Amino acid sequence: MAKKLGLKERYALMTRGLDWEPSYQPLDKLFPYDSYEGIVIKDWDAWADPFRLTMDAYWKYQAEKERKLYAILDAFQQNNGQLNLSDARYLSAVKLWLQGVTPLEYAAHRGFAHAGRAFRGAGARIACQMQSIDELRHAQTQLHAFSHYNKFFSGFHNFAHMRDRAWYLSIPKSFFEDAMTAGPFEFVTSISFAFEYVLTNLLFMPFVSGAAYNGDMATTTFGFSAQSDESRHMTLGLEVVKFMLEQHEDNVPIVQAWLDKWFWRGYRLLGLVGTMMDYMLPKKVMSWQEAWGIYWEENGVALFHDLARYGIRLPKHHEVAAKEKNRLTHEMWTVLYQYGNALGLHTWVPNDEELDWMSEKYGELFTSMYRPRLLHLRELEQRGERFFNNRLPMVCQVCQIPVFYTEPDDPHVQCVRIVEAAGTKHHCCSDGCADIFNREPMKYVQALIPPQQIYRGEAGGARDIFEYGAWLHLERDVDTGEYRGSPDQRHWQAWQQQHKATPADAA
Amino acid sequence: MADKVFIALQNNADAQPIIEAILADNPEAVPQESPGMVKIDCPWRLVVRRESIEARIGREFDLQELHVHLISLGGNLDEDDDQFTLAWTR
Ligand SMILES: [Fe+2]
Ligand SMILES: [Fe+2]
Ligand SMILES: [Zn+2]
Repeated sequence: MAKKLGLKERYALMTRGLDWEPSYQPLDKLFPYDSYEGIVIKDWDAWADPFRLTMDAYWKYQAEKERKLYAILDAFQQNNGQLNLSDARYLSAVKLWLQGVTPLEYAAHRGFAHAGRAFRGAGARIACQMQSIDELRHAQTQLHAFSHYNKFFSGFHNFAHMRDRAWYLSIPKSFFEDAMTAGPFEFVTSISFAFEYVLTNLLFMPFVSGAAYNGDMATTTFGFSAQSDESRHMTLGLEVVKFMLEQHEDNVPIVQAWLDKWFWRGYRLLGLVGTMMDYMLPKKVMSWQEAWGIYWEENGVALFHDLARYGIRLPKHHEVAAKEKNRLTHEMWTVLYQYGNALGLHTWVPNDEELDWMSEKYGELFTSMYRPRLLHLRELEQRGERFFNNRLPMVCQVCQIPVFYTEPDDPHVQCVRIVEAAGTKHHCCSDGCADIFNREPMKYVQALIPPQQIYRGEAGGARDIFEYGAWLHLERDVDTGEYRGSPDQRHWQAWQQQHKATPADAA
Repeated sequence: MADKVFIALQNNADAQPIIEAILADNPEAVPQESPGMVKIDCPWRLVVRRESIEARIGREFDLQELHVHLISLGGNLDEDDDQFTLAWTR
């Protein structure tokens, strides 16, 4: 190919130019899944990847990203970079990432391979193919980066086993499986648009920047390297949404319903990310509330303003997210803290300096409500009565988060919504989740709910929370429980002393 | 209030001339640094020009090299050989 073709021509040639018309099978038989969702497409050729990235350029830049990434990972490992972390408590965030997020990368790899096969337009197929390969890269680079921590700290040893068994990991898992069991248009809308465009900035920008601030150059580097692919995924997401909206007006209400659903599911999932930022980063960059203000209220809302010309409005219940932003993470942390005997990471009560930071960031509600609760938990712990809830929580039938959030207009009242389908009652955590359930009840009645499964003996016959932890391959009070007094903390303190005593190898 | 587009880049030495070029070409752009990254917000529209980057690095630059340093973006994107534009429709 002549070198000086323009970007737009090169893109046309290397995507649609490589496609062909089938001669002995009708298109509907070749692509049986891209019409049943009701999305009407008149002209697949109107699809364009605004990056206009072709496969040859894709491999070239991805190889360069990998070279840069692995140079830094190697240096981090050779220099015992783990010793330069702010504190070993930080690793709880990394454990949650490995257990909860990395499997999503792999699921995304599978999901996009499937979606890519399903579309009859070549532009969409190629964008999905690249994303599928990216997501596999993300899973692999994260595993490589975290494998170093597995040599020194607990909780990193068996993420793949835990992924299908741990009650709290069913939150991210069910999110993705809901998307993967939808049709290809809904899948791409849910993952590329609602999750990647609208919401993952909250994970990859303030949280990864926080990892840098806490000395974790391994996570920072793979995080930003992955996020550079993410820009492409976000663009694919916006493109697919605009494409559907432009193709036919009948698509508008379908897309709006998906945006409502996936905004809420994504937002609920991000409660875990917010908690990582506010509680698990010993050195804080910004609060969940501030990050929500920047990445949703400014950037996300700007995007919805732009879509208003197609008749799209802000997603339903966005105002509930605004009401919850000053309490979401405090409520979530209390839950993780109390179920600590069934978690593959440690929990603790923040120190005074951290409580002051939270009072400053969250103001009156934190100071009057959550701070006294945390201080009470600290007092119990100091008396040798560290509080654990050794029962299992009732979880939401949709998002699978324990039903513990409070009413949008009253932080003193637990929020529970009861929905009914096929003669059975189910519990939801919010109006957002209840709406999702009621739109497709026969989908959500099929969800396996971990606490119910465990009580039915499906968790290796575990009779209590400790046997359940063992079934997850978690060692009691090593992988689980309170941070203070844990082996992670003892090792960390010993290594820090050694590290300071022999500054010669501290380089 | 103006809706803002943004581009976020890794804050490393290779990205500095790109960041400088963006700030020079978009007088209303506001950079915000946090550890490891810089996020540049701009009302309505932001352009990244190949020539402005080339003038700073003294060699040819393919705009797709941006992918290596890019962290995130917000806005409708349009890219050709000479410029990379992010915009919201007013
Ligand atoms: Fe990814
Ligand atoms: Fe992605
Ligand atoms: Zn829910």
